[in-house]
Amino acid sequence: MSEVLTLGFLTSVLAAAVASGAALLYAALGETLAERSGVLNLGVEGMMLMGALAGFMVCTWTGSAWIGVFGAIVAGGLMALIHAVLTVTLQANQVVSGLALTLFGQGLSAYLGASYVGKAPPKSFTKIAIPVLSDIPRIGTIFFRQDALVYLGYVTVPLLWWYVYRTRPGLKLRAIGENPATADAMGIDVARMRYIYVVIGGAFAGIGGAVISLATNPGWSENMTAGRGWIAVALVIFGMWNPARVAAGALLFGAVEAAQFRLQGVNVPVSSFFLNMLPYLFTIVVLVFATQQSRAQRLGSPAALGKPYVREER
Amino acid sequence: MARTPGPTLPSTEPIRRWTLERVHRPTILAQAIVTVASVLLGLVLGGIIMIIAGENPFEVYRAMFTGAFSGEYNLSETLVKTIPLLLTGLGVSIAFRMQLWNIGAEGQFYFGAIFASGVAIFWLPDAGPWVVIPAMMVAGMVGGALWGAIPGALRGYLGVNETITTLMMNYVAILVAEYLVHGPWRDPMAFGFPGTESFSEATYLPTWGTTRVHLGLIFGLVAAIVLSVVFRRTRWGYEIGVTGASERVAQYAGMRTARNIVLVLAFSGALAGLAGMAEVAGINHSLQRGLSPGYGYTAIIVAWLGRLNPAGIVVVSFLLAGLLVGGDQLQITLGLPSAIAPMLQGVILFCLLAGDFFTRYRVTRVRAIAPAPASGEAAS
Amino acid sequence: MTGALPERSPAGDEAIGLYGVTKRFGPVTANRDVTFSAAWGEVHALVGENGAGKSTLMSILAGLYRPDSGIVRIDGRPVDFRSPGDARAAGVGMVYQHFMLVESFTVTENVMLGDPSSGLRLDAAAVDADLRRLSAAYGLDVDPNARIWQLSVGERQRVEIVRSLHQGARILVLDEPTAVLTPGESEQLIRTLRGMAAEGFCIIFISHKLDEVLAVADRISVLRRGELIGTVPSAGTTRRDLARMMVGRELAGTLLDEGEAPPHPAGPVVLSVDHLSANGDKGVPALREVSFEIRAGETLGIAGVAGNGQRELGEVIAGMRRPTHGRVRLGERDITNWHPREVAAAGVAHVPEDRLGTGLAPTMEVDQNAILRAYERKPIARGSFLVASAVDRFTDGLIERFDVKTPSRSTAVRDLSGGNQQKLLIARELAGEPRAIVAVHPTRGVDVGAAEVIHDVLRAQRERGAATLLVSEDLEELLALCDRILVLAGGEVMGAVRAHGADIEVIGEMMAGTPLDRVESVAQGALAGGANANG
Repeated sequence: MSEVLTLGFLTSVLAAAVASGAALLYAALGETLAERSGVLNLGVEGMMLMGALAGFMVCTWTGSAWIGVFGAIVAGGLMALIHAVLTVTLQANQVVSGLALTLFGQGLSAYLGASYVGKAPPKSFTKIAIPVLSDIPRIGTIFFRQDALVYLGYVTVPLLWWYVYRTRPGLKLRAIGENPATADAMGIDVARMRYIYVVIGGAFAGIGGAVISLATNPGWSENMTAGRGWIAVALVIFGMWNPARVAAGALLFGAVEAAQFRLQGVNVPVSSFFLNMLPYLFTIVVLVFATQQSRAQRLGSPAALGKPYVREER
Repeated sequence: MARTPGPTLPSTEPIRRWTLERVHRPTILAQAIVTVASVLLGLVLGGIIMIIAGENPFEVYRAMFTGAFSGEYNLSETLVKTIPLLLTGLGVSIAFRMQLWNIGAEGQFYFGAIFASGVAIFWLPDAGPWVVIPAMMVAGMVGGALWGAIPGALRGYLGVNETITTLMMNYVAILVAEYLVHGPWRDPMAFGFPGTESFSEATYLPTWGTTRVHLGLIFGLVAAIVLSVVFRRTRWGYEIGVTGASERVAQYAGMRTARNIVLVLAFSGALAGLAGMAEVAGINHSLQRGLSPGYGYTAIIVAWLGRLNPAGIVVVSFLLAGLLVGGDQLQITLGLPSAIAPMLQGVILFCLLAGDFFTRYRVTRVRAIAPAPASGEAAS
Repeated sequence: MTGALPERSPAGDEAIGLYGVTKRFGPVTANRDVTFSAAWGEVHALVGENGAGKSTLMSILAGLYRPDSGIVRIDGRPVDFRSPGDARAAGVGMVYQHFMLVESFTVTENVMLGDPSSGLRLDAAAVDADLRRLSAAYGLDVDPNARIWQLSVGERQRVEIVRSLHQGARILVLDEPTAVLTPGESEQLIRTLRGMAAEGFCIIFISHKLDEVLAVADRISVLRRGELIGTVPSAGTTRRDLARMMVGRELAGTLLDEGEAPPHPAGPVVLSVDHLSANGDKGVPALREVSFEIRAGETLGIAGVAGNGQRELGEVIAGMRRPTHGRVRLGERDITNWHPREVAAAGVAHVPEDRLGTGLAPTMEVDQNAILRAYERKPIARGSFLVASAVDRFTDGLIERFDVKTPSRSTAVRDLSGGNQQKLLIARELAGEPRAIVAVHPTRGVDVGAAEVIHDVLRAQRERGAATLLVSEDLEELLALCDRILVLAGGEVMGAVRAHGADIEVIGEMMAGTPLDRVESVAQGALAGGANANG
């Protein structure tokens, strides 16, 4: 066990955590926006897979990884659009629609991607060391020797936090998730906003997928997201719908994943399974806690999450 | 009005205009038509995707159909896959009827398998089939029920959203299974492939002829019958129906909602747990990793497509099993990924969800009428 | 307009005026040729019973509806509001009973939400400062950083007012503002409003509480059945005058029965309530120390404008709501806090106000709803099972006895007309031959034919010896069916009078919040009757 607890080991785990947490981060941030607007989208796994495939395919066609990311954005957004049409306009059950989206994404990506399995992309996001910052001992290795998408993530998190809590559109976003009737009365177009945020959520999930196929594990294989989409859904709750906390959660979950991978090599027997369980158990605890705040004291979920909004006759 | 346009003034002249009127109860006929139409439309859309990908959809569908249903072997394999889908689908439908979104059937399945395996390996390794099989059945149901009752209690007594808790419990269950299979329950004699030792032959569920179709099918059909009786003919089934229709009416009638929520999720989990038991006792004969290729999630599709109706679920589970088996066969016959199956499932479900909208709303022309007077508080 | 105090129009000039305003909804005329005006610096009250047309008028002022005919003038200029935004821009601020506030937001965030200005960044500091300024200027104590869930109802209302001021309102329309306030908060609000009027605002105060209206308003306009009956100065007007205008002369007198009063029921006390207090859904007290007794074969009516505790009274008796104080007794047994199932089993029928959301499950079939109370007993239940044939017979029986018109037993209840739904509900509740019946607004939204059937049913129950509590807003109905009428206002008992020979004006005044012993009416018969009844 002693070789596990060296600083060097921890540093390498954390660095891997940041790298692998990036995919989770993007997907979870996107889902945070969607859920904040009141729409639960359980299709994250499917959207990530389509994003991963699209990113890979577009990169293969164009030779550019960044254009690949753009392709992933489009793919994720289109997938999410299906969910938006079904749940916002046609008022379908959000749980079932999201699950259908996951199934569809898994199936479609595996089908369309069959001929791409095992190929390497012409370009991928390689690690770039930021001058000066990357030379800081430990911290530099962890945070500043990452690929471009991770760096983009560093910028996205505070930007999103600022957007949600400090801007007018962010205020409206929070309002439609908390009390769509009041938002409607204030002249906000609830349906249109929900469409926008669900699609943006999908776009982010697409980026998350591209992180995997173009940065972390360049290439494509069936179901390569391996359940990360579901973890992203859990992350949103764990982070209590706050982008900053979601980011922290992504790092935590990423660390668990990285640690478990490394611990398998070392002969630490079974504790890795329980380590893996902890994030999910934590999420349940967080959810219980968030629900138990007195009804008015909603530090928890957006009050209107999951319920279609239909304007009452005046 | 279903749409949410911007805040414009409603017209004040009594004109005739198009509007969407809510249909109070979609008839069975309407639902059946929509179901069939969605399946067909889904197949058509799937076909279009195949064309774009450069395949001939007719060939694909024919290969799938043959792979699933033609010949004794294919048909039996479809029945084999029907079993877990039927049981988990029935389980999930119980919860859905009460508007409880149990997406934890996967975890409940695993826990049922775990408990049943525990009985087979440790508790009754030497017992005869008449003892050990019922014991495993009970254990499987208890395991699944436990895994359902926990989120049930959280929802019933603490109001915690069951969608997320059941989802999280899936991961925990799979990890517990993995832990057992890699750790304390690991078969020391099986190198490489992680799993428990094989169960004694006494635990093998009897099969039909030379096929792999096992007693689990009977479990499923019996469960379907029991469920339809429970829903329609028992007091408890009535309470579930009322609570699912309106919690407030249930409260007004004095029904114990919290208790019912726990019971429903436990019952739901028990069926999924039974499915897990049937899978380990009928097919694998040991607890292994990757026991379920997502049956618990497909179960939700089965339940929804089957309209939460036991008879419908029987039919749909068979058809979806056919889809899965047909998809698997595609790999062999045409070299295509079996992923076509979940893709088609997704598309069909989209069509169904969209189609449902039109059973709930009807486009009509109406004279602009007065809004309902405000009830209750000092309205003027 | 976020900062400047309203320019002072000379007090006395017309701030808002409606001339010949008519508004129809299909066959219903909500406002008919209404003409009234309110001036700057004035508090003008609009009073009337439910259904008198107050909400519609208010919605017109708010820009939600356009009148079919007539003119609306703001500050002397005709206006045509096409949206609530137009009304706000013209300086009309609305404060509704149901606050439009997001609970998890702070006050500032809520105000910013309604702010029409665009601009990406939120300037909370500026809004904060403005709110504090307005707060101080008008004595509306509001902490901009408080979250709405932390605030009491009175404080939330102040937030609504301050928000309107922030948006530049010079005319404030408040809809039943004191309905959810404690007496102390109400007094404070009245002081605040008078202060604002002194600063030049025009305040329109919609209410049915005559005492308050006389205290706060300069002039009072009375609406009845869509028409404006008249506008009077508050000075020199009495509650009785207002009550008479509100309720209408035509009722008074028609029910001064000639002939003898029917004998007062003298059977044993079946249902009694003793110093019962309970809170409403928002935590505000809804019932205050209510006491009464109902004897076998007696029908006690509860009159009062809806929202004064009647619903909560029914819920407490039926076991759906816990009282904070007091007892409910059925005969000798104390049934306070009993579970609804036990209360029903003990022989108390509950016909709730909300038939489709509480009493009947709208998506379920007629027979499924019919057995809601009977599914646990023979002959419908056999062990854990329900006997289909028994269900059918039971349902058919109810349908026949109460003339419920339905295409079949499996029709969804939502597809029935309101009257038939109500008949089904009542049929179900009365099927068990209850000892006591709590019926809340049983004929609301019901066609005339069905209402007649329901009245006959209730009379039959009275003959049978059941004790009935009948809550209704329809005075004629109460006078026709009840032995005594008790009036609730603000959750308190104002008094009880015998129905036979009752003086409508007395009842009207009690409904408006005057206890019986302070009623100005001098009709001997009513007072004598009142003295005999339980109070």
